[in-house]
Amino acid sequence: MLALSPVLRDFIRSEAEKDYPGECCGLILGTVSTTPEKGNPLRFAKTGLRIAPVRNARVGEDKRRRFSIEPRDFMRAEKEGAALGLEVVGIYHSHPDHPAIPSPRDLERALPFYSYAIVSVAGKKAAEFTNWILMDDRSAFEPEPLEFKEP
Amino acid sequence: MTVRLLVPSALRGFTDGKAELRLEGATVAEVLEGFVSAHPDAKNHMFDEKGALREFINVFAGEDNIRDVGGLETPLKDGETVMIVPAIAGGRDDGLARGRAGGRN
Repeated sequence: MLALSPVLRDFIRSEAEKDYPGECCGLILGTVSTTPEKGNPLRFAKTGLRIAPVRNARVGEDKRRRFSIEPRDFMRAEKEGAALGLEVVGIYHSHPDHPAIPSPRDLERALPFYSYAIVSVAGKKAAEFTNWILMDDRSAFEPEPLEFKEP
Repeated sequence: MTVRLLVPSALRGFTDGKAELRLEGATVAEVLEGFVSAHPDAKNHMFDEKGALREFINVFAGEDNIRDVGGLETPLKDGETVMIVPAIAGGRDDGLARGRAGGRN
């Protein structure tokens, strides 16, 4: 489960609108429950407490349908989070003019544990906000419960 | 020689939550082999079916991305820090395929 405050949700939505028609991306930093959910060591209750927008390393037209985060940008955000006692709990990105459903490309490069939040943007306006998690066998994403609430 | 391996949060479910491990190895390959031997469920996320490091997994030896230096055969010094860093990527791509995702929440 991922919990996000309405303020952070709205920030991600605004990033998605700002970067339209390109894809925005970034990291969700937060805290993790001490015990796994349902005994699965890859599933935890996560609370997003800070958003770290990251530059989409894709360029030009490619940015409209893909995103990538440079490892050094990831390391920088992770380090900033660690200084605050936070860890990377999820990734967000936008799908301009496309449903907020993970693509095969999202699946190919996904990792366990992380929440994958996707915002669809229709005509410059953020629309659906969904959240996903990789299945343990890497075969697919499945919806991960998402709650918008104050921490 | 002994090195520090820093594990990203995505893989800590395989290490009992440990962010840092101490492993033996003279090269990155030896250290990663030690890692997946000790934590076999992590292997599928680190290496593909052919045994190659997955494209979205980067490994830094000190300040160097091993892809820019000696790859998996990059030699390590005693006490060096090796860091696994995800290269996060994705996107709507061509917009034609939806994978096997089962629905929306």
